[in-house]
Amino acid sequence: MTIDFLTNAFGFNFGVLNIVFIILFVVLAPLVGGILAGIDRKLSARMQGRFGPPILQPFFDVFKLMEKEGITVNKYQDFYMGAFLFFIILTGVFFFAGGDLLLVIFSLTLASMFLIVSAFSANSPYAEIGASRELLQMMAYEPMVLLTAVGFYIVIGTFNVADVLAAGKPAIIYLPGVFIGFVFILTLKFRKSPFDLSMSHHAHQELVKGMATEFSGKTLALMEISHWYENVFLLGFVYLFIACTSWVSIIIALLVCIFVYFFETFIDNSFARMRWEVAINSSWIVALILGFGNIFVLYFLKLFGII
Amino acid sequence: MSYVTKSPWVIHYDGSSCNGCDIEVLACLTPMYDAERFGIINTGNPKHADLFLVTGGVNEQNKNVVKQIYEQMPEPKVVVAIGICACSGGIFAECYNILGGVDQVIPVDVYVPGCAARPESIIDGIVQGLGVLAEKRAAMGSAPAAKTEE
Repeated sequence: MTIDFLTNAFGFNFGVLNIVFIILFVVLAPLVGGILAGIDRKLSARMQGRFGPPILQPFFDVFKLMEKEGITVNKYQDFYMGAFLFFIILTGVFFFAGGDLLLVIFSLTLASMFLIVSAFSANSPYAEIGASRELLQMMAYEPMVLLTAVGFYIVIGTFNVADVLAAGKPAIIYLPGVFIGFVFILTLKFRKSPFDLSMSHHAHQELVKGMATEFSGKTLALMEISHWYENVFLLGFVYLFIACTSWVSIIIALLVCIFVYFFETFIDNSFARMRWEVAINSSWIVALILGFGNIFVLYFLKLFGII
Repeated sequence: MSYVTKSPWVIHYDGSSCNGCDIEVLACLTPMYDAERFGIINTGNPKHADLFLVTGGVNEQNKNVVKQIYEQMPEPKVVVAIGICACSGGIFAECYNILGGVDQVIPVDVYVPGCAARPESIIDGIVQGLGVLAEKRAAMGSAPAAKTEE
């Protein structure tokens, strides 16, 4: 009964395995995301010639924030933050259940909008500049994210994540340009250095803390946990490019996920921050040449029956 | 067990310091001393900070700034006065424009004397401040009270 309902809701055949994946994602993603954040901080410290904090430091930070007094500038800001967490989890649930890629992308966009509204609601100049910059960043990465979904559709013939994974060949064979373009905008999504405009992740004093300026205590802890969910989901997207039915491809896909994360940390530590114009121009050029170009070539190869 | 001692985020404010102590505070974050080993982050945002590091004495101009930063920090919070000027006013104590040490305006928990205070003694002062932070956290009870600024 419930499974039938879910099958209708998701628009594809829903099994027990999908529910197992959903539960695994909801329970394990914050653990994996937190450890990834700790590894990122440790790696960054080593790249800068420092010893660095313990791997579990992000968990200590979040537990501490939970213990702090809650200062809320505007009571709605906590509601929006809760909605951000909810829709990020929902995005991951759609994705890891093998659902529709378009639904995943729209849900991710909605989640980001809630974070932006939450920052705007505080009415603080620093949070507002941060939120405006986050809107610009969304403008920068959204075209490439949509082109990624279109690319999968052209290769597999469906938007369903489950069908992409059930394909005989990895999608990256047909979508190398789209993959590089997606990794490029991951820098924006992970809030890494050339483009961490909205949060001032490393330059703490530039916009005070950008969007996060007015969040404190539990609200800030919720934001951190949401980012852990988001990072795990984004690495899942990288996995989707490489994994198919064979076991070898699954192992390679996991290794590529680790490598991409390491690569983003490396980029983070080797670049200074750039202006927002550079963020928009470069990601649109990448989306046009690598993303659209890849799909254009693929379309004609299919049209003439070469693949 | 409390996690407040495991992730101390600091905010650093330069009162009327000569910049000697400020440079030493920032030196704590460099690869030489690497305060991030203990989870210490320089936030620059009072709403995220647990420890308030003040260098230099307080004067009429920055009295309200120091008070505002202190009031914006969520409980539990600890103030560390770094350098002799922040502790007592130092050689400027007799000046007509100096009110004295930071404790003339806000309650100070830890005093780190020195001119300038060495990074070792600053880190030592922060570690002592963590003890005070844990005591304050224990005094708050299990549920921190929510505060809404309207």
